[in-house]
Amino acid sequence: MNLTPLSPRILLAVAGRVLTQIRRDHRTLAMLLVLPCLLITLLWWMFDGPAGAAGTTFDRIGPAVLAMFPFIVMFLVTSVTTLRERSSGTLERLLAMPMGKLDFLGGYALAFGAVAAVQSVLAVSVSVGLLGLDVQGPVWLLTLVAVADAVLGTALGLFVSAFAQTEFQAVQFMPAVVIPQILLCGLFVPRDLLPDVLGAVSDVLPLSYAVDAMQHLTRTSSTAVVWQDLAVVAGFALAGLALGAATLRRRTA
Amino acid sequence: MLTDLDLTIGGGVTGLLGPSGCGKSTLMRALVGVQRVAGGEVTVFGEPGGSKALRNRVGYVTQAASVYDDLTVAENLKFFARVLAVGPDEVDRAIESVDLRSHRDQVVGRLSGGQRSRVSLAVALLTTPDLLVLDEPTVGLDPVLRRDLWALFHRLADDGAAVLVSSHVMDEAERCDRLLLMREGRILADGTPTEIKEKTATHDVESAFLAIVEQDAA
Repeated sequence: MNLTPLSPRILLAVAGRVLTQIRRDHRTLAMLLVLPCLLITLLWWMFDGPAGAAGTTFDRIGPAVLAMFPFIVMFLVTSVTTLRERSSGTLERLLAMPMGKLDFLGGYALAFGAVAAVQSVLAVSVSVGLLGLDVQGPVWLLTLVAVADAVLGTALGLFVSAFAQTEFQAVQFMPAVVIPQILLCGLFVPRDLLPDVLGAVSDVLPLSYAVDAMQHLTRTSSTAVVWQDLAVVAGFALAGLALGAATLRRRTA
Repeated sequence: MLTDLDLTIGGGVTGLLGPSGCGKSTLMRALVGVQRVAGGEVTVFGEPGGSKALRNRVGYVTQAASVYDDLTVAENLKFFARVLAVGPDEVDRAIESVDLRSHRDQVVGRLSGGQRSRVSLAVALLTTPDLLVLDEPTVGLDPVLRRDLWALFHRLADDGAAVLVSSHVMDEAERCDRLLLMREGRILADGTPTEIKEKTATHDVESAFLAIVEQDAA
């Protein structure tokens, strides 16, 4: 694969443009930022409720949900936007300009990473500040895991958008790629209680590590395992971006 | 599928004319280097088509407007200007040259089809390309605007650029310095409009095209 060195100018241009597009779309922006907070509140209400005394269910499920939202949302947003970029001809135009594939991907990852950071700060603030989620580790690390998760979602979304011809198909990749990870990430059944085969599958799915990191942060104040998990998530995200780069073709039939 | 193609495109405005589906876009995409080429060689300014050295020198406008519908005219141009490393003056000049100054701050998705394709054209005019490849840039435009755009193509050609314009409308042929008539993946005729008409003893390019097709079949 022939990759030109990164150009910060072009990368920032792409990131700035993507952010302008999101900012212009008020409904999407509101959904991106407010929806996760509302859903987490719903979850808290279901399990612990305003009257419930310091319940443990929300403390158990909350962290996993904090890891899931940025992943799901960014996966969806990225797969649809890059598909639009492929089908509208703008990607072809950019690739005919002095733009490297990594500039393009990096720009997207940076823009969505920034949105994810804001989204996560809001969701974490609501969870910890208002809903009383118990966090033993540093709260900022919780946010960092969420951002890594969002970049992971972006990377996988970029990759699968190459296999979809329409936005309709792109959205269908959500249940195919994301839901198995949600089922096996330890939210429903703790991962060590899964049947052996499923446990092994769960070990190679990136969301498992993100959820694991979140759960560690809420339970203990030691961060060694969290950094390990974070490195695995980041590794998957980079691999996803590399695979995504391979699907951006300058020459097409 | 293009067959037996051996041609050289020089300065001036070259018109690539032929019916829809005859291979005009494929030929243009091969020149720009976004078409997967099965065999043969495409050379632009001595370099293989689409190579890195050419990306600053070749401007390409696709048939569909390749711009962002959710950004304004100015935002679109500013973005591409940053990618191409050109300044804000060039943005103003490009908007001016496609006559969209009054729509500068409008979102592209709300513009008419003709206006959108002009935004797309403006992006190609941000740099001063040595070769400008335009795929049906005037389709569906108002006659006044069509005239102005052809005048613009000639101005660019006079400034030293090679301009290759495709069209399936034969009456645009008269506006070109040189014509390439294309059908079913082959170039049937190559010459100035006058030469082609004289050779076939016809009065307009449309009849010349028909005469050549019939000769070819015979």
